[in-house]
Amino acid sequence: MNGSKTQSVWQHVPEPDDTLMIALLGDWRTGVRLPSKGDVQAALDDAKAKRVRFDTHELTAWDSSLLVFLSRVIDFCSTSGILVEEEGLPEGVRRLLSLSRAVPSKIDPVGKAEKKSLLYVIGETGISFGHGIKENVDFIGELAIACMRMVRGKAKLRTADIILVIEEAGWRALPIVSLISLLVGLILAFMGAVQLRTFGAQIYVADLVGIGMAREMGAVMTGVIMAGRTGAAFAANIGTMQVNEEIDALKTLGVSPMDFLVLPRIIALVLMMPILCVYAVFMGLIGGMVVGVGVFDIPTVQYLTQTCQALTFTHIGVGVSKSVLFGFIIAFCGCMQGIRCGRSAAAVGEATTSAVVIAIVYIVVADGLLAVMTDMLGI
Amino acid sequence: MAASDDNQKTPHITVCNLTMGYGDVILMRDLNFTVYRGDVFAVMGGSGCGKSTLMRILVGLKTPHAGSVAYESTDFWSLTDDERGLWMQRFGILYQGGALWSSMTLAENIGLVMELYTDLNRSEIRDRVHFKLSLVGLGGFGEYYPSDISGGMRKRAGLARAIALDPEVLFFDEPSAGLDPVSAKNLDDLIIEINRSLNATVIIVTHELPSIFAIANNSIFLDTKKRTATAKGDPKKMLATADDPDVIQFLTRGKGRRRSTPKLQGFTV
Repeated sequence: MNGSKTQSVWQHVPEPDDTLMIALLGDWRTGVRLPSKGDVQAALDDAKAKRVRFDTHELTAWDSSLLVFLSRVIDFCSTSGILVEEEGLPEGVRRLLSLSRAVPSKIDPVGKAEKKSLLYVIGETGISFGHGIKENVDFIGELAIACMRMVRGKAKLRTADIILVIEEAGWRALPIVSLISLLVGLILAFMGAVQLRTFGAQIYVADLVGIGMAREMGAVMTGVIMAGRTGAAFAANIGTMQVNEEIDALKTLGVSPMDFLVLPRIIALVLMMPILCVYAVFMGLIGGMVVGVGVFDIPTVQYLTQTCQALTFTHIGVGVSKSVLFGFIIAFCGCMQGIRCGRSAAAVGEATTSAVVIAIVYIVVADGLLAVMTDMLGI
Repeated sequence: MAASDDNQKTPHITVCNLTMGYGDVILMRDLNFTVYRGDVFAVMGGSGCGKSTLMRILVGLKTPHAGSVAYESTDFWSLTDDERGLWMQRFGILYQGGALWSSMTLAENIGLVMELYTDLNRSEIRDRVHFKLSLVGLGGFGEYYPSDISGGMRKRAGLARAIALDPEVLFFDEPSAGLDPVSAKNLDDLIIEINRSLNATVIIVTHELPSIFAIANNSIFLDTKKRTATAKGDPKKMLATADDPDVIQFLTRGKGRRRSTPKLQGFTV
């Protein structure tokens, strides 16, 4: 074989009439190292071939690897005007190759990643942020209209649905709320008492835990727990309904998803959050007392008296009011993300994540604003 | 089935110059067709050609880009949302996966519609729900949740919900998709039975040829490449007379040759 370049699985031999004979040898299954584009091009250039034919007498086994190689050769040949004689190839290979060419490849691929300039990306982000705000405002508007319908008694919502959500977001949330609040109470007491003890004022740990839990931590911790637990469930639940066309089924019956799905969830959570908040405060106080009495030897009666003196209805009122607002925020974010969810399983995951993240951000921001407002009002 | 002579039938749905799509992408343009009262009308076409989108426009879930949809002589898309809502109560829709509300039992799914739109009391609703479920062969399954039953049963339960209020127009989105041949045939028979007994106009979005030939007496073919309707009329006549190669390909499962009369053994026409 004069001038042949021996490789493990192929040989190419120039023949008369400007023909290049490509001999395929041995096993051409996955795992074989395919000759690269460069190898093929070099072989064709060397031979200055005008036609290519194949010899497969020594080919023992093949799979898609051979097809990929042949497509490469054929593509290259067709762009450089070289004739390919496929007669030498096995029947199955020829059929699969013709099948792969039956439908021309899409030339203008949709969603092809284009390189975008920084300015473009900034603009795009700004526009999508604007859309996000518009969606929020739209949703608030729709919700307000649904509330008006409910007040006029025209909303199509079922009491049974509200009760179902109350059960789900109410007593079923008690174990996790108990645990977290108890621990937060313990931590607050411990952190405070260690510092206060240095100047003999550890009795004031009762004030710290009482006011801290009632005004801030009770509502915020319940909010965060419920955002992760119930807000996510709302988004996933409504999002899945969107994917399964259940929301379309509601709309075509003339039932507004706002009435039927969103209102019961918002009402139930707004009702449940203050109760959960008061419960969380109570659990936090117990946690604080365990540390105060157990670790820092404050007499139980003294701790309780100190807590009662420190805790006023104003503190509890501030905390409970916050929890009502947080309940609304959580239900609002969960439902909105669910309703705006796309029609795929991945979109449900995204909706759930967004619902939790956005709700927690809103809760923290709202808490900060409320802290400033209550301070300015002297509450 | 409705008389074949169009002159004797009253138009129920008239679509004029309808163009539809998503954003800048146009799926179909200039669709013109009439569905007559009592028709079983098939919307045919390859995957992704916009069949389901057309259905979403016809039922009021998606606004068309241009053109009009008229029910009797009322322009559907020029109505206010509330007015359109009233029309929509006359529709029954079976979605691809059944779209039953997963948090409710089958009985609640079917009963909800009656609860919302009729003055029936609880026991009357219960009886009607039981009857509708028996009609689709699901008697006694009222207390099951959609997740407890098979895909085929879910579709039948979806059908029971679609016919809960004895609708004037019934829409089916791929009714036999994902069903075994026997269940698909039974569903077809059920559709014909409902069409005859309730005298409902039926619109079926499908690409299942056996279903199309077995039950449809009027149809439209949506061509993905030309982005418009390339054939209309009775699918059996269409098979015999169509000239468009894409229509023939579709109706002969890609064989591309035309038979003088379709063989429909095993299907009631």
